[in-house]
Amino acid sequence: MSSTAITPAPVPLGRRLKRFMADRPLIPLVILLVILVVILQILRPGIVNERWIANTIKFAIPLAILAGCQTMTMLTGGIDLSVGTVATMSAFIMATQVVNQDPAVAFLLAMMPAVLIGLVNGIGVGVFRVHPLIMTLGTSLIGTGCLQVYQRTVIASGAKIPDFLAWLGTGVTYGFPNALLLFVPLAALIIFTLARTGFGRLLYAVGDNERATRLSGVQYWQVITALYITSSVLAGITGLLYIGLIKAPSLSLAEPLVLPSVAAAVIGGTSIFGGRGGYTGTIIGALILTVLTTLLTILQMPEGARRILFGLIVLFVTAAYLRIVEER
Amino acid sequence: MTTSPLLDASGVAKNYGAVAALRNASLSVLPGEVHALMGANGAGKSTLVKILTGAIQANAGRILIRGEARDIRSPAAARRAGLLPVYQEPSLIPDLDVLSNLRLTGTPVEPFRAWVRELGIPDLDLRDTARDIPLAVLRVLDLARALAVEPDVLLLDEMTAALPANLAEKVLEVVRRQGDAGRAVIFISHRFVEIAALCDRATVLRDGETVGVVDIVPGIEEKIVELMLGTRIVKTQVARSASEKAAVTPARPRITVHSLRVGTKLSDISFDLWDGEVAGVVALEGQGQDELFAALAGSIKPSGGTIEVDGSPVKFAHPIDAIRAGIAYVPGDRSEALAMQRSVRENIALPFSAALRNWGPIAMRKERATVASAIQRLQIDTRAQGEVQRLSGGNQQKVTIARWIAADARTILCFDPTRGIDVGTKQEIYKLLRELAGHGKSVLFYTSELEEVQRVCDRVIVIFGGRLVDIFPVEEADEPALMRAAYGLPRGAKADVGILADPQSPSSGTIP
Repeated sequence: MSSTAITPAPVPLGRRLKRFMADRPLIPLVILLVILVVILQILRPGIVNERWIANTIKFAIPLAILAGCQTMTMLTGGIDLSVGTVATMSAFIMATQVVNQDPAVAFLLAMMPAVLIGLVNGIGVGVFRVHPLIMTLGTSLIGTGCLQVYQRTVIASGAKIPDFLAWLGTGVTYGFPNALLLFVPLAALIIFTLARTGFGRLLYAVGDNERATRLSGVQYWQVITALYITSSVLAGITGLLYIGLIKAPSLSLAEPLVLPSVAAAVIGGTSIFGGRGGYTGTIIGALILTVLTTLLTILQMPEGARRILFGLIVLFVTAAYLRIVEER
Repeated sequence: MTTSPLLDASGVAKNYGAVAALRNASLSVLPGEVHALMGANGAGKSTLVKILTGAIQANAGRILIRGEARDIRSPAAARRAGLLPVYQEPSLIPDLDVLSNLRLTGTPVEPFRAWVRELGIPDLDLRDTARDIPLAVLRVLDLARALAVEPDVLLLDEMTAALPANLAEKVLEVVRRQGDAGRAVIFISHRFVEIAALCDRATVLRDGETVGVVDIVPGIEEKIVELMLGTRIVKTQVARSASEKAAVTPARPRITVHSLRVGTKLSDISFDLWDGEVAGVVALEGQGQDELFAALAGSIKPSGGTIEVDGSPVKFAHPIDAIRAGIAYVPGDRSEALAMQRSVRENIALPFSAALRNWGPIAMRKERATVASAIQRLQIDTRAQGEVQRLSGGNQQKVTIARWIAADARTILCFDPTRGIDVGTKQEIYKLLRELAGHGKSVLFYTSELEEVQRVCDRVIVIFGGRLVDIFPVEEADEPALMRAAYGLPRGAKADVGILADPQSPSSGTIP
């Protein structure tokens, strides 16, 4: 081998693709989303139009915010299963209090249980080291119980949906859902917090190696308490938005969103063991789940079969995605 | 030798990749003998023990038991061959009661009970869950469990560590009688006093080779220390310029530790740490140095004594308190200090975000500059800076130190920072620690490699058995002096060597 330049062995296309995907984990998610939409369009030609898109976004937003709660808690190795109850509580209290109260007062009353549950969650997990799964499940049950008691006391007064919330939840302006007015700044704030603030850094670091953060002077309970309060407040806001969308207050309003919110965060690439992930992926994850639900609905299957299929697809997507992205 | 050896291992070698843990080790144990196995840290003691007990396989060598070649492939095979170890860590399963633990290993219950009584624990309830039994008793139970199956060769690794004096005495007595019964004991210990009281002969390992087998007679410890050190006694150059030393001595010490006590691990430690110095801590494995560093770093609370920083007493409830006082801790285990999935930059900048008031937006440009200068200072190879786990061990270690350079800590507690990293990086870390001292910082530096002491330290603090043995200037800290001190032997004078001449006091006299 004297004069011939050594050419690097050609990397197989599959490997190159895999590396490309691993460096940009969002791309496979976007591709999956597009594929789902295309399938939908093939099955029901013409369904994908401006109205459908606005509708999908409207329903994806509450899920995406709750999934944001899961993303942030999962980054620290935790989870927040109380988001459904918190959202339901704030929605229900808002709808019943606004009958007799000034909307601003009703809003404050509605957000109170959210802050309280978040605080209790944070202290339980951060100070007493209760496992987040158990802690948030516990407060969730307590919250539901309290709501049932509360319901008896307001049963005579009835409920109404404030016009503003209905406008925000269902309204569409120039083809854009009004809910985006709330969601876009909120999402930007979450993404900024995770990437560019001390608090966000700590969430990742605590989830990665709690002992290391302790040696660096981080006080675990402060981070965790702040985190669970933030998560709960976000869930409360979601409740208000969701009641404007669903317009029928009930005691299990947001409960069906809890497990999908975990699924959306996982599909979006956030590790349930902590230290890894981000909110952009989660948003796409929420969109994927929403489109998937529509897709399964139009297939006109029996409810049971639809749920089985939904579960299988979520499992498959998550496993496949992790295989693609984790290049090691 | 008239009798044939019970156990005869020769030419044992073990490589881990390119690193040779054992080159040519041999060990021959006669029936009825208590045989000490000695060597400095990393000499290969534990590797040899693991091979003899079947935990790992040797690459070369021959092991004869009662004159027969045996291939010890597993701990079970070693057991069948009559070789039984008692390790430093208790081996009972914590969630089972003692009786179930005995059944698990097929240990006969009655002999076990008899041995437990013999060893000085009259009232053991076999239904007790192992988790609820104190550590010292657990170690005795391990020994009783081994004795109950009457092994030919019993292997005791630091048996008396963590035992209170009365139990230790009983244990030593029982071990000595094992020898009388025609069985053999291999006894690994850091304590010359015990070895003198107990052992007949000692095999000394150095750098993976058996360098000598000696009879234990009064005064032999000089020879043993010499064997353990070999030719390395050559005094290494003290890497310190005169100008550096000429700095004005500050009026009061940076940190004063007075009568510090941590549980049973550390008692009555007092010393000063001054600005502009590197103070070395020399101790064998597990003599309380971990607790000393953890207490100074605020990660554990001392049970007694005081710590003063700049003349005023402090009580650390959390590492943040120590950090606020300018004291930073670099743990020996890198995985304890780093968020492995995060970037070099985030790891270095981690302390910046710790306090509540710094949770807001990060001044990215300023942070980048600070981090870059720390990376520059430590010459961290940042080709793989996206995730710290992709860096080499040496570079990871540099990141753990760079963090505190960036945070400009006044005092750095460095716990064995050069363990398991390459020679080049070691040199850089020595240089860095000297530079820090040159800039008026203070460094407390524990190292498991004695030769580093002369390269880096100004003074040496020696700890043995949780107590302060000695503090002396580096000029007197050649390796033999350090080695002797680390084994709890007093400094200098040959006259003091009499400890070994007095085997009647096994539980006292370790500490001058």
